[in-house]
Amino acid sequence: MSVGHHNGDVDLDDPRLTRFDLVREGARRDGVEIVHYAPRFPVPGSRREKRIVRSISLMFVIAGLAGLGFVVSYIAWPFHYKPGFNINKWFTPMLGITLGLTLVFLALAMITWGKKLLPEEIAVQDRHDQIPDHAERRLTGATMLNMADELGIARRPLLRRAALFGLLPVGAAAAAPLIGGLIKDPHNPDILEHTAWGKGIRLVRDDLTPIRPEDVSVGGQMTVFPGIPGGNTNDHADSPTLLIRLRDEDASKLRSAATKIPENADSMYGNLVAYSKICTHAGCPASLFEQQTNILLCPCHQSQFDITNNARPIFGPATRRLPMLPITVDDEGFLVAKSDYQQPVGPGFWERSSS
Amino acid sequence: MKRRKFDLAELPEATAVQVDDRLQIASPLRRMFNKVFPDHWSFLLGEIALYSFIVLLLSGTFLALFYDPSMQETKYDGSFTPLRGIEVSQAYRSSLDLSFDVRGGLFLRQMHHWAALLFVAAIVVHMFRTFFTGAFRKPRELNWIIGVLLFWLAFLEGFAGYSLPDDALSGTGLRIASAIVLSIPIVGSWVATSLFGGEFPGHVILDRFYILHVFLIPGIILALIVVHLALLVKQKHTQWPGPGRTNSNVVGIRMFPAFSVKAGGFFMLVFGVIALLAGLFQINPIWLFGPYKAAVVSAASQPDWYVMFLDGSTRLMPAWELRFHLFGHGYTLPPVFWPTVVLPGILTMLPLFYPFIEARFTKDKAVHHLLQRPRDVPFRTALGCMAITFYLVLFISGGNDVIADKLKISLNAMTWAGRIGLLVLPPLAYYVAQRIALGLQQHDREVLAHGVETGIIRRDPDGRFYEVHQPLGPVDDHGHSELEYAGWVVPKKMNRIGALLPTLRGFFYPVESRTPDGHVPSDAPISPAPQHQEIGSGRS
Repeated sequence: MSVGHHNGDVDLDDPRLTRFDLVREGARRDGVEIVHYAPRFPVPGSRREKRIVRSISLMFVIAGLAGLGFVVSYIAWPFHYKPGFNINKWFTPMLGITLGLTLVFLALAMITWGKKLLPEEIAVQDRHDQIPDHAERRLTGATMLNMADELGIARRPLLRRAALFGLLPVGAAAAAPLIGGLIKDPHNPDILEHTAWGKGIRLVRDDLTPIRPEDVSVGGQMTVFPGIPGGNTNDHADSPTLLIRLRDEDASKLRSAATKIPENADSMYGNLVAYSKICTHAGCPASLFEQQTNILLCPCHQSQFDITNNARPIFGPATRRLPMLPITVDDEGFLVAKSDYQQPVGPGFWERSSS
Repeated sequence: MKRRKFDLAELPEATAVQVDDRLQIASPLRRMFNKVFPDHWSFLLGEIALYSFIVLLLSGTFLALFYDPSMQETKYDGSFTPLRGIEVSQAYRSSLDLSFDVRGGLFLRQMHHWAALLFVAAIVVHMFRTFFTGAFRKPRELNWIIGVLLFWLAFLEGFAGYSLPDDALSGTGLRIASAIVLSIPIVGSWVATSLFGGEFPGHVILDRFYILHVFLIPGIILALIVVHLALLVKQKHTQWPGPGRTNSNVVGIRMFPAFSVKAGGFFMLVFGVIALLAGLFQINPIWLFGPYKAAVVSAASQPDWYVMFLDGSTRLMPAWELRFHLFGHGYTLPPVFWPTVVLPGILTMLPLFYPFIEARFTKDKAVHHLLQRPRDVPFRTALGCMAITFYLVLFISGGNDVIADKLKISLNAMTWAGRIGLLVLPPLAYYVAQRIALGLQQHDREVLAHGVETGIIRRDPDGRFYEVHQPLGPVDDHGHSELEYAGWVVPKKMNRIGALLPTLRGFFYPVESRTPDGHVPSDAPISPAPQHQEIGSGRS
């Protein structure tokens, strides 16, 4: 440690030593010199001192009262949810106010005590334990090199290689179950390329009721799900689809635009069009439909898609159009899908073909 | 038999003797009591992080007793009537029960969330302090690296916790996270399906995030905090330059009792502020967001503040996608990859190695225990301001939809402003910060040479006006002092150099009276106020 030369300067049994002399000597042996030490109140019991003691005591009392208030409100205050404005709504605020006041007043009392009552001091600690000791360094270095010599790693190449060969598989064996147990093949089944949609599957609402073409008003939109068990749950998080009925002029605009993309060419049913609701950028539901401009906005990163032009992205970070679900009506007159999406739905990934 | 006398007054000493007989702790204990802490407000920032972490551990343990990470669907039948009868996951249900049916549960949930926000914020501000004062220089590079790692661990920990309630916001966050993982070249889709146990969202992700959130990441954070503090004790604190302060000592107060009383009080203060926030300011009201449904999202869905800069970078990214043809198959590098994988990668690596990069450029291999004032290292201060500006543009862009909505600005204009601002503002900030630092430096030198402005205007017989300057040291014929800059605050106001008498204490009426020489009896003795004798013109 940091001492040495101070040892023996002071005779600890000297009766003339005060307790503070011992404190100072102890600090000195720890490399700490107390260079300034003065009581805050040279004359004890002054008006100022009494005033500070009184205010600290008051803070402790307030803290205690607020703590009591916390316990009482925690036990006695009604807290169950009741609709409307009522006393139960004040349960959490009451806990916050009482506990907050307790702690804040405790803090003020302690800090005031430390700053106003404790003696003023300046102590200087030296850092000479932070200077590297070259002799120590040499001795430890030699010891470490000697370990390598004793093991003879340098002299015995066969042993070195054999040990390496023996240890590597052990490491891999430890890692294998950790990683191997988690691995899932994304292509078997090919979950990234397919959704729950398929030929003849009905478009249903969130309550699983099927939809007739006339159920969607002109310029209106509706979120639809595949009409299979659990089709509206998060088990089919890539299947939610936006069904939109366009105005006549917008529909004909889209029909002519759709002919340019083979898979979209015959996908609309009358003025109805169904786009994947899953944004091709980061997978949020692109659900803010601006009826007047026919723009679909994803609220997560503000990608915007032009509904009348195959839902191509026109602003924001998205790079791909929203895939269109080919739809028609079945014998009973309900809307159904003609097939699954012809494109992978949702955000891009490495293996995605660049079509 | 004589009854043994029990003397309560002797008990502490007797116990101490018994303990020391067995453990010999007298010497290490005294060394700990006597450890010297330098005093400055900026050293308290790291303490805020430490204390909020303690609050997180306490409140989190309570929450873990009631939370259930299962994604099994169930019917909600708790006391929050508006959601009754709705199919929700167990995770969401147990989070609602925590908020409405566990006594004090909502209070502790909000406390946990507020403490988490404060934890990351305190880490960030503490990092700024360490960076701008050069506290990361040799020998403290390792502790800086641990600090950077702690920031990212806190970030991950926060995100995992944000995902657990399975409300609409956490599900949306998870979905974006899955898209981020998917965007990684070659292994992305494998990592994503392995993480989620199949297709998003699957049924296992919350169980996995739960164990990460309550065990693995906090364990690593705790271990790193222990190392962080152990290194601090071993290497001792840095300190600001000042009278008696050198590169080979620490000047301050001893740990016990003065420092520990103040630090304990500060812990209570941090805890108390978190309690007030938790009770009075609603945070993450999951019952308003509703359960996560893959088809549902609302505008203004913002993540916690520390994730917002990544949201911003994702929003500002232009629609650039790389498409390749290799061996007859097409491949895609989605635009999400750059702002959410590459950018955080750079933002981790650059700060991690910054101490070594700077030392290489400045060719500074010395050991430093004295801090630098930001103005004295203009290039570093400017670099830091540049980085903060870059960060702020991203951060603001993370909420650009809300800003556009509230201020009735075009959303697209906000995005473009962010894109341009991200490139233009950081260099501008560099230039401005550097000029300000140099200006402050120059002003310090000026005051050292010419003295403090007194505000007294003197008119010479020939009609010229001067401002009278109070020199800080002996002057030559021109009224100039030859004082060297000491790396610390130069007094620039007259009352800083004792021109004003100390104030009398008392709130409504004075509780003390002055001594005949004008001093306050309870004051520490100070040197007498300088007389206005050595008046120079301040001009040569």
